[in-house]
Amino acid sequence: MIRLFANANYDFIKWRRWAFSLTGAIMLVGLGFLVTRGLNYSIEFTGGTLVQVELHRKVATADLRTALDNVGLRGADIQTFGSDTSYVIRARLTATSEATGDAGNEAVTAAVGKALDQSVGPGQYTILRHEAVGPKVGRELQGKAFMAILLSFVVTLIYLAFRFEWRFGLAAVVATAHDVVATIAFISVMHLEVSLIVVGAVLTVVGYSLNDTIIIFDRVRENLRKYRRQNLYEILNLSINETLPRSVLTHGTTIATTLALLILAGEVIRPFAWVMSFGIFTGTFSSIYIAAPVLLWIEKRWPGEDARGARAFGSRAPATPSVPAPPATPPSQPRTPQPAR
Amino acid sequence: MGKIRQRLYFIGALIVLSIISLVPRNAKLRIRDAATGTMKDTTVRRVPINLGLDLQGGIHLALEVDQSKGPVPDCADAIQRAERVVRTRIDEFGTTEPVVQIQGRCRLIVELAGEKDPGRAKSVVQRTAFLEFRITDMKGLFKDALPQIDAALRRAGVRSRGAAAPSAVAQLFGGDTAKAERDSATDANTPGVLQSLLFQGQLPGEYLVPEEQWPLVDSLINRPDVRAAMPRGIELRWGSQSESRGARAYRALYAVDARPIITGEELVKATARRDPVTNQSVVPFQLSHRGARKFSDETARHINDYMAIILDGRVQGQPPVIRSQIGANGQIELGAKPLQEASDLALVLRAGALPAPLTIIEERTIGASLGADSIKDGIIAGVVGVALVIVIMIGYYRMSGALAVAALTLYCLFTLAGLAAFGFTLTLPGLAGFVLSIGIAVDANVLIFERIREELVHGKSLRLAVDDGFLHAMNAIVDSNVSTVLTALILYAVGTGPVQGFAITLIIGIAASMISAIFVVKTLFLIWLNRRPDMVTLSI
Repeated sequence: MIRLFANANYDFIKWRRWAFSLTGAIMLVGLGFLVTRGLNYSIEFTGGTLVQVELHRKVATADLRTALDNVGLRGADIQTFGSDTSYVIRARLTATSEATGDAGNEAVTAAVGKALDQSVGPGQYTILRHEAVGPKVGRELQGKAFMAILLSFVVTLIYLAFRFEWRFGLAAVVATAHDVVATIAFISVMHLEVSLIVVGAVLTVVGYSLNDTIIIFDRVRENLRKYRRQNLYEILNLSINETLPRSVLTHGTTIATTLALLILAGEVIRPFAWVMSFGIFTGTFSSIYIAAPVLLWIEKRWPGEDARGARAFGSRAPATPSVPAPPATPPSQPRTPQPAR
Repeated sequence: MGKIRQRLYFIGALIVLSIISLVPRNAKLRIRDAATGTMKDTTVRRVPINLGLDLQGGIHLALEVDQSKGPVPDCADAIQRAERVVRTRIDEFGTTEPVVQIQGRCRLIVELAGEKDPGRAKSVVQRTAFLEFRITDMKGLFKDALPQIDAALRRAGVRSRGAAAPSAVAQLFGGDTAKAERDSATDANTPGVLQSLLFQGQLPGEYLVPEEQWPLVDSLINRPDVRAAMPRGIELRWGSQSESRGARAYRALYAVDARPIITGEELVKATARRDPVTNQSVVPFQLSHRGARKFSDETARHINDYMAIILDGRVQGQPPVIRSQIGANGQIELGAKPLQEASDLALVLRAGALPAPLTIIEERTIGASLGADSIKDGIIAGVVGVALVIVIMIGYYRMSGALAVAALTLYCLFTLAGLAAFGFTLTLPGLAGFVLSIGIAVDANVLIFERIREELVHGKSLRLAVDDGFLHAMNAIVDSNVSTVLTALILYAVGTGPVQGFAITLIIGIAASMISAIFVVKTLFLIWLNRRPDMVTLSI
């Protein structure tokens, strides 16, 4: 059999400061982009009109631009979409046009039609997609997307606190928060359009990264029980090394599918696939270099009973690891559904 | 051995159920017959997976009660009644499986798959279609009140702007009454603002306003002080379209009784046809028994009066004179408008009026060709993704990997069947989620296989290593999948249409992967070990 990293014994945790510096530097660059350029919100969030059009003959983008300017759509952006005869025209609602609201969208749609008639010629184009979103819907959606990410943190924390212990939960949430910030920075650097689908991708990254962290933490929990003499530093390293083959395989298959989506699944899905591809990297990185060191740090700051995290298991571990522990748990302790094996 | 048989029965049953839920079946489709304009049912055979609008093309509309012209006190009630009306209209509109549903409290979602004409769809959904018949102002009450109204306007400081050269207009018009009216205004030496803009029409209660002036007049008659000065029991309604008299275009303004003699509620039947003599589009209608009695009583009292047919606040055509008692049947004349418009009007009249006007707050139209491209690209990406996963799994885990791949085909079957059986909709993000979940689905198998390898390294026997591998991997599998399901549930709660499709696909995918990766693969392992009891090394 092929065995990748069969007896891996890398000291991952040793490099934690380097890792922090690296991710810190990357994030600073990303946040710089975020502050200076901001996010490219889709009309779902800003309100406005989107028209995707397929031209039957090639037209210079500058001509389209001029035609749109002529009909008074100066703020509209034009983007090729897939091929050079396919364009997406976006006109976001501005603060001034918000008062007119939905009537504004109707006017924009009519104006885009006029501009296309002028520049391409009537009947020389097909409208493939048309979206018009009122300002109210956009505002609602912004709130909802924010709530969704926040809520996913809270639910995760509760689940992990229930399943593991608050130290683990906190470490996992810190790692996940890192992924969200890094992903948003990535979206800003790549200037990807933030649509609801991209928010969905961010939430999927949250789930995926968490999933990865849990796999390692699950091993940490088990190893803490198994090797009573080692300290948390060693246990963390051991657990990461033990789960390394799984990480490589699973990330390999997931990356294979996201790359297939990125390259083959078309323009609409591409921003989603970009975010997912990046999310797999940052999720893997954060499980090893954020979640584990943060757990170590939390354990130092608020030590568990024997100062190595064993309290996570109700401090009822028996002298010999092979004998199952009695299920009696003090009521104040977090419950662990799986008795020590 | 009996245990394996039980497991096989269970898997077999799941496969059979999945296939049953995916067998193409007949779906009823209402389409409009292009020749006659009527609806007819046809049946098509297709796989029962609902495709989202982004995959099959169509129109998505989000509507709310229009509060801009005055607050609607109970929008939830209004939207519920509107939902029934819109549903009736849409059912006759001619699309497959239209969606009409209330979202939240006061929002209505309408989705029309495959429909290509957003303008027409919008007008059918949005049209209030409130039909009423009112007698015009036969006694000239409005005309008598005009000086008072103008006095009110003068008090409010409104100067006449458009009345600079009314004489030319009056001449063009050529009506004696108009001249007389204008004269009376100059006699008073204070040309009233409104009076100078209105010209007496041909029938009682009809006034004409030059086309370019009508926004001004409209703003004047909607002023509160003008409304207060209006004679009791009289209201003003605009004509539905401008008409040209001589070289200029005019719009008619009608003074009508505030009380309708009958409304569209009494209407039971409306059709559309083209009048063979005049070649005009007409909508003949029929009233209910009760409505007909009321209508004939009222018309008997108003013989030789003019009756305005008002639809959504606009007078349709010139009000006809009532020559004799009218019974159950009547018709609305639409002039030269296309028959399509007449049949849409008949459709909304049959379905009834909306309780309140609706405004569109979100609209998406996706062309069918775009959807077809998305499906094609999505399937190609899916096939390539799956091929890569198969290569990785078999390349790394050999025979065990092949078992996992076999389970993966069942995973795809179960997921699609889950979508079909629960009637969920497959959207483009859903398709992406499905492709992505194939990558994630093998994670459970990777976890299990790595465990088995570790147990083997620890020197356990084959069978024990397999059993323990499954057992010890369970914890991690359950924890990680529950956390993914939780985020997917949040996404479902927050998202709309396409994103909900993604969340649903992810959740069903995880449930299916639990069954395929753990239960199916375990069964395959058990069969494998039973067939080869002498095996000493596991191909893993």
